[in-house]
Amino acid sequence: MAASMLRLVRSGRRWALAWIDGGSRERSGTQTGPTSNWARGQSSVAQLSLHTAQKPRKGEHKWAAVVGLEIHVQISSNSKLFSGAQVCFAAPPNSLVSFFDASLPGTLPVLNRRCVEAAVMTGLALNCHINKKSLFDRKHYFYSDLPAGYQITQQRLPIAANGHLTYSVYMGKKRSQMTTKTVRIKQIQLEQDSGKSLHDDLRSQTLIDLNRAGVGLLEVVLEPDLCCGEEAAIAVRELQMILQALGTSQANMAEGQLRVDANVSVHHPGEPLGVRTEVKNLNSLRFLAKAIDYEIQRQITELENGGEILNETRSFDYKLGCTVSMRDKEGKQDYRFMPEPNLPPLVLYDATSLPADADSQQVVNIDQLRDMLPELPSATRERLVQQYGILPEHSFTLLNEVGLLEFFQSVIKETRAEPKRVINWVLNTLLYYLKQQNLAVSESPVTPAALAELLDLLDSKAISSSAAKQVFEELWKGEGKTAAQIVTEQQLELMQDREALEQLCQAAIDGHPQVVMDVKNRNPKAINKLIGLVRRTSLSRADPTLIKEILERKLSL
Amino acid sequence: MLGRTLREVSAALKQGQVTPTELCKKCLSIIKKTKYLNAYITVSEEVALKQAEESEKRHKQGQPLGDLDGIPVAVKDNFSTSGIETTCASNMLKGYIPPYNATVVQKLLDQGALLMGKTNLDEFAMGSGSTDGVFGPVKNPWSYSKQYRERQRHDEHGDSHWLITGGSSGGSAAAVAAYTCFAALGSDTGGSTRNPAAHCGLVGFKPSYGLVSRHGLIPLVNSMDVPGIFTRCVDDTAVVLGVLAGHDPKDSTTVQDPIKLPMILGEMDVSRLCIGIPKEYLVPELSSEIRSLWSQAADLFESEGAKVIEVSLPHTCYSIVCYHVLCTSEVASNMARFDGLQYGHRSGIDVSTEAMYAATRQEGFSDVVRGRILSGNFFLLKENYENYFVKAQKVRRLIVRDFMNAFDSGVDVLLTPTTLSEAVPYLEFIKEDNRTRSAQDDIFTQAVNMAGLPAVSVPVALSNQGLPIGLQFIGRAFCDQQLLTVAKWFEKQVQFPTIQLQDLMDDGSLVLENGKLTSVSLT
Repeated sequence: MAASMLRLVRSGRRWALAWIDGGSRERSGTQTGPTSNWARGQSSVAQLSLHTAQKPRKGEHKWAAVVGLEIHVQISSNSKLFSGAQVCFAAPPNSLVSFFDASLPGTLPVLNRRCVEAAVMTGLALNCHINKKSLFDRKHYFYSDLPAGYQITQQRLPIAANGHLTYSVYMGKKRSQMTTKTVRIKQIQLEQDSGKSLHDDLRSQTLIDLNRAGVGLLEVVLEPDLCCGEEAAIAVRELQMILQALGTSQANMAEGQLRVDANVSVHHPGEPLGVRTEVKNLNSLRFLAKAIDYEIQRQITELENGGEILNETRSFDYKLGCTVSMRDKEGKQDYRFMPEPNLPPLVLYDATSLPADADSQQVVNIDQLRDMLPELPSATRERLVQQYGILPEHSFTLLNEVGLLEFFQSVIKETRAEPKRVINWVLNTLLYYLKQQNLAVSESPVTPAALAELLDLLDSKAISSSAAKQVFEELWKGEGKTAAQIVTEQQLELMQDREALEQLCQAAIDGHPQVVMDVKNRNPKAINKLIGLVRRTSLSRADPTLIKEILERKLSL
Repeated sequence: MLGRTLREVSAALKQGQVTPTELCKKCLSIIKKTKYLNAYITVSEEVALKQAEESEKRHKQGQPLGDLDGIPVAVKDNFSTSGIETTCASNMLKGYIPPYNATVVQKLLDQGALLMGKTNLDEFAMGSGSTDGVFGPVKNPWSYSKQYRERQRHDEHGDSHWLITGGSSGGSAAAVAAYTCFAALGSDTGGSTRNPAAHCGLVGFKPSYGLVSRHGLIPLVNSMDVPGIFTRCVDDTAVVLGVLAGHDPKDSTTVQDPIKLPMILGEMDVSRLCIGIPKEYLVPELSSEIRSLWSQAADLFESEGAKVIEVSLPHTCYSIVCYHVLCTSEVASNMARFDGLQYGHRSGIDVSTEAMYAATRQEGFSDVVRGRILSGNFFLLKENYENYFVKAQKVRRLIVRDFMNAFDSGVDVLLTPTTLSEAVPYLEFIKEDNRTRSAQDDIFTQAVNMAGLPAVSVPVALSNQGLPIGLQFIGRAFCDQQLLTVAKWFEKQVQFPTIQLQDLMDDGSLVLENGKLTSVSLT
């Protein structure tokens, strides 16, 4: 048991590598199957694909999709929202359950201060208005993993509202242009998580685990400002990074700390919005994008075939890659909302409203929390662009990959090489290798120090860049050799002996009169052929720029 | 010894005149003798004797935990008691043994009180007679009193004309009235402590909402429930309140500010007091005897120099309907947790989870409870919410404002009847259904719960039939101490007679040998 748990956690992290996937390796054995290639290419910034399938036929309007998200974020907190029970992923079933969590009669909720602070910080980071007074409500429904028969949430007056989240996407035909987009945030509410039900169809029984029951959630409700699956995934990824920067949630989708429901509809622009469906429980960014895109396409096809869209709840079948109706037997639920009578209104203070005699342990001060906000991803990216002169898209990649920024900064610290060269190596070589083998940055066989040493050799022109690639490949084997050792062993250092190189060049010219002729006839490729010949005879140890220089002089070009 | 006040017995225990074990055994023997009252659902004999033994050790060492050390108490069976079955008089919770103590129970135990048992009630405290629980109705000890029997015609002497205690905390009221303990906890949501107190000739106190923790009290209506206190005199109530009151980190609705409650109530200068008489409480259904006692009480205050004025609580007539909507809505919500999955009754029907839920709730709840759940869910439906629940909330606010206006006009304490009439025979009572009875019987009491105010019913006199009649004092929020001081003064003036229980007469030990209460005639 313990061993398998360990593996889950580790692979969860590993999966965080695929840029847009919070990771669902946990379920890969049972649910997803091999899914490693979703993150195509190297760029960590998603390539936004507008709906190609909705190309209008002649005389038809173009379809537009409208996507809104409800995101449930598990608050990173030692104890639950209304009880002292511990919060811990993958603990033995029903080992973290207080009397309140099991809803024993007579127990009462006591609000966890840490959860309130997390909600306020998240609200501030998402540019929300923080309500100085918010209320709790009961939402009723019968379900076996909801022991009280109701969930305590904030339906009427949530803790934060009217914010926005900014994210960046590639746009344009060449997809080379980055554009900043904004999705409005309707509200953020504090609420309880439910327990988990395990249905055993064979024995027709249901097993209940209440460890999760009562864990604090932030429900972040986005306005329907998104237009496709990938855009939704990018927005959620940005939210995920903000939450992680704040420390308000680990936001690991594989562990269910961030779960997304998507409301999807299609319509013709300029016309009223279409009937929407809700796609539930999307537990990885990859599935989120896939499910939304599938659902958009399904609705378009349905409508074009004269069908109609039902206002229903659907789930995503990861095996078939499609959404299926959940056929809720209950029909439309009436949640019979009611004020939670056991919790007084939640009152927050700021510098102006804070009573002079307030006990700092008893009050939450919005201004104090604002001052404590850490650097958020957007600011970090700006700083990186300014500080290192790297491209904005590179800054996205650095942040998207867990641990990559730290790796990059460690290399920078130890090398004389230019940041631009470092970023190229980190993104094009290191990240490529990591992805090839599906490894997390922390699992890289090449340490920042080793890469820094290699880049120093390159920077001092001790080796050519192609030799550097060879050295990197050797380093990747993780045999404990330093870059310098590899260079020496494999005689990869650049020929510093100009005389010898001149001789090699002369030999090439003499030995290949036809190619020389081509060069003289201005065939642009010919010179490269000569350079190649010289490099080969130099066993790749010659600097191609230098070879070119010598050749050009000798051939008096 | 049993006829003494709690404070006197406490002194006797400290002086070694009586031991906790003697006291405990005496009470246990009376519990057995009065079993026919059906006051207790569970008698925790072993627990009580063990507690008495420990109390005795402490007393011997001269280190009692407090004024309640060694004092027998009883607790209504809707307070969670660790290791002791807590049923709410419902099939739904038969066999349910809570793993924790309600805060108020814990506070009593921390003071060394002896827990005699869990007392009977209407199922989930829904009722005003203590007649609608699965363990059967509670009989009013006054049915067997000399005072009542003497005034009955001889042909009515059989047991068939026994009286109800009122409710829903009738078991606790009967337990204290029959001398099985010195104090008992009830709960009060719409009058469930004050009503049976009035019918059983006891002091029944409902503290301000937020003064005493509800943690562990199995809720009826969270926004109105408060633990209530039954004692045989106001001073004893003050002692118990002193122990129970205070902020509880487990109940976020208890007030943070420490409210100092001296356990001894002082004397008061009545001439500086302003008593309000709400004119809307003078209803045609009020018995003439109670009306007359009410006005005599007002005269008494006036004659002692108090200012007595008529006040208006204009929204009183909407109160009972408003209470019904809010009560049933919260009931529907609070009862949702009883699904048979984790505790209490679970039906054997298991074709599906839904079928199991339905059967469990059908089997576990009485018609009264199911009726309230049904109404409450109706009121909470999206289409009805505005018209019922929200409207009732608004009316509730108006009712609160009525009281505030009265107090703002200079009134210190309101004086009202507690009940429309004295206790009625069971056979009479059950001629109307639970809902009708609750609406009638809560008429003077439930508005106080909606406003969260403290109120106390004090026994005044015996009716022509020889049955106790109580009057109610209502105070400003968190002015519980002032309220009790007024009640104490009034209690001293009226000299309410002690119950004379024929059936207990054979027990010579009940004679009060040397107490001050010479009127006690338990010989």
